[in-house]
Amino acid sequence: MSFINYVINGLSLGSIYAIIALGYTMVYGIARMLNFAHGDVIMVGAFTVFFGVSMQGLNPIAAVFVSIAICITLGVTIEFIAYRPLRGAASSLVVLITAIGVSYFLQNLALLIFGANTKSFTSMVPINPVRLAGGEIVISGETIMTILSCIIIMISLTAFIKKTKPGQAMLAVSEDKGAAQLMGINVNGTISLTFAIGSGLAAIAGILLCSAYPSLSPYTGSMPGIKAFIAAVFGGIGSIPGALIGGILLGVIEILGRAYISSQLADVIVFMVLIIVLLVKPTGLLGRKLQEKV
Amino acid sequence: MFKKVVSLALIAVLSMGVLTACGNDGANDTVFKIGGIGPLTGGAAIYGIAVQNGAQIAVDEINAAGGIGGVLIEFNMQDDEHDAEKAVNAYNSLKDWGMKILMGTVTSRPCIAVGVHSKTDNLFQITPSASSADVVKDNDNIFQVCFNDPNQGIGSAQYIGQVGVTGNDGNLVSNVAVIYDSSDVYSSGIYERFVTEAANQPFSVVATEAFTEDSNTDFSVQLQKAKDADAQLIFLPIYYTEASLILAQAAAIDYFPVFFGCDGLDGILTVENFNTDLAEGVILLTPFVASSPDAKTQAFVSEYQRLHDEVPNQFAAGAYDSIYVIKAALEQSNAVPGMSVSDLGDALKLAVTQITYSGLTGENMTWLPSGEVNKAPKAMVIVNGIYVEL
Repeated sequence: MSFINYVINGLSLGSIYAIIALGYTMVYGIARMLNFAHGDVIMVGAFTVFFGVSMQGLNPIAAVFVSIAICITLGVTIEFIAYRPLRGAASSLVVLITAIGVSYFLQNLALLIFGANTKSFTSMVPINPVRLAGGEIVISGETIMTILSCIIIMISLTAFIKKTKPGQAMLAVSEDKGAAQLMGINVNGTISLTFAIGSGLAAIAGILLCSAYPSLSPYTGSMPGIKAFIAAVFGGIGSIPGALIGGILLGVIEILGRAYISSQLADVIVFMVLIIVLLVKPTGLLGRKLQEKV
Repeated sequence: MFKKVVSLALIAVLSMGVLTACGNDGANDTVFKIGGIGPLTGGAAIYGIAVQNGAQIAVDEINAAGGIGGVLIEFNMQDDEHDAEKAVNAYNSLKDWGMKILMGTVTSRPCIAVGVHSKTDNLFQITPSASSADVVKDNDNIFQVCFNDPNQGIGSAQYIGQVGVTGNDGNLVSNVAVIYDSSDVYSSGIYERFVTEAANQPFSVVATEAFTEDSNTDFSVQLQKAKDADAQLIFLPIYYTEASLILAQAAAIDYFPVFFGCDGLDGILTVENFNTDLAEGVILLTPFVASSPDAKTQAFVSEYQRLHDEVPNQFAAGAYDSIYVIKAALEQSNAVPGMSVSDLGDALKLAVTQITYSGLTGENMTWLPSGEVNKAPKAMVIVNGIYVEL
């Protein structure tokens, strides 16, 4: 019975990692950069809902949409101000450092506005827990909501990329930026769209994360952000199904490792699996082989 | 041209820094300069801010009453963000300011780092709350107002074993689980001595689970294991931020053991938006209770509430006591502000072992030359959102 509980918890944690990992992997696939500020956009999303619902008494559903809108605006603004001017800069390191800078900027701004004290987040999930096997297995509403959201997001994102023109444009830009531009695709617009989608997902991930683990501080997003980045690399960075598989596997391995090997070594196990996978398959589980251009 | 202007301006600013640093030494003889270090921002800010506020009340009281033998106190609190490196930086800038005595640091890891430097300087240091045994180990210049971690661990085990705690099933607790932070010296320090002492007690430890600061949000596994092991009590030698998550996650899996913690749990009721119903029945060993009828405590609590609009926790009370212990030691040793850091350190080290102090966090407290305090612990239980003495 405990095993089933562990797997369910792992799936829930993994689904959150997967939704965050999507943001990393999409941006990397298209702009070839690691957006380390992504984790902090999650925190901004969660704070917006916290502020709206607990402080201003906003309707939770309205607050979720406001939060998504704010994160989209934030993501697109960050891209416009901090990353776009550096695109084509001599070294991709420049953009990486800028992304780390943006991450610290957001954390410290949140410290200034909301203060350092941890806040307890009220769950935004209206579903009651489900009890199975005479109360031995308790599946919380947050778990159900998280797993459902993850499935819905994956299906709609895949459909968006396969069936719509902007989605096809994203694919084209990720294949070859120069050629896409020659074919009349607005590359900058497509990259902005990618940031918008990634940041909107970050808002959802933030709300789910804080609903499941009701603690909110300016540093809330950083550790899940790093874990999700690992999940994205694990699954093959640039690949959307890879983010899903990487995220879910990472969550399940983390929980099962903690349960059956050692609660102290949970992170060690996660990173060991990552290293082994990368040794065997350097591009990640579903990563494409990249031809290095000289 | 622009570069020249900038570099000249830089030179000017830097040399002014040197001049001010020199200027401080002379103007030091008329007041006792007491420095403070603690987290005023960051995750542990609630402790640092409480210490700052509590200490300031004591300083203002002493100064209003004419100071120590006519000499006023100047108090300067610096932020360390609960970070060892920043604490050392804060220590150095306080030294530049002219600090002769240090009240701090608030948390253990920074305190150990600062201790290396204060020992070299032979500067008298008294901490209201850094409770790791390593804080005073090999440092004859550092004294603690709080219990140290090993004593908290032993005290908790003895309390559960000898006084006994009634579980939520109505029976005396016999199965105990521990969830601790293996990446934190405070938490692992208490945990180790708790488990050692538990072997001598009539209860058994059925599960010991750890987490680290990088994985401190998901406790579902640890709680599931405690539940599977039929633990009626979970011992939480951790800080309240994680504890608030543990309480919520235990309730989510229909698991309702008694939660028992140490002073790190103090503050759980102040987490913004926290459902305090979850904390009902939580027991903690803490030296200070704001609702105590003691006149000294009531005066302090009402003054604190007037100034800061909240009920002080034990960190504020510990800081208040620390300042008064410094005062008592200064009076005992007949120290004057003109003494050098090291001379003052020698005088106060001796004096503090000779005094007996009764304050907010303990009656008849005395200090061993090793730096540990001697006082009796108190157990509190949370009932209807306030601490009640058990």
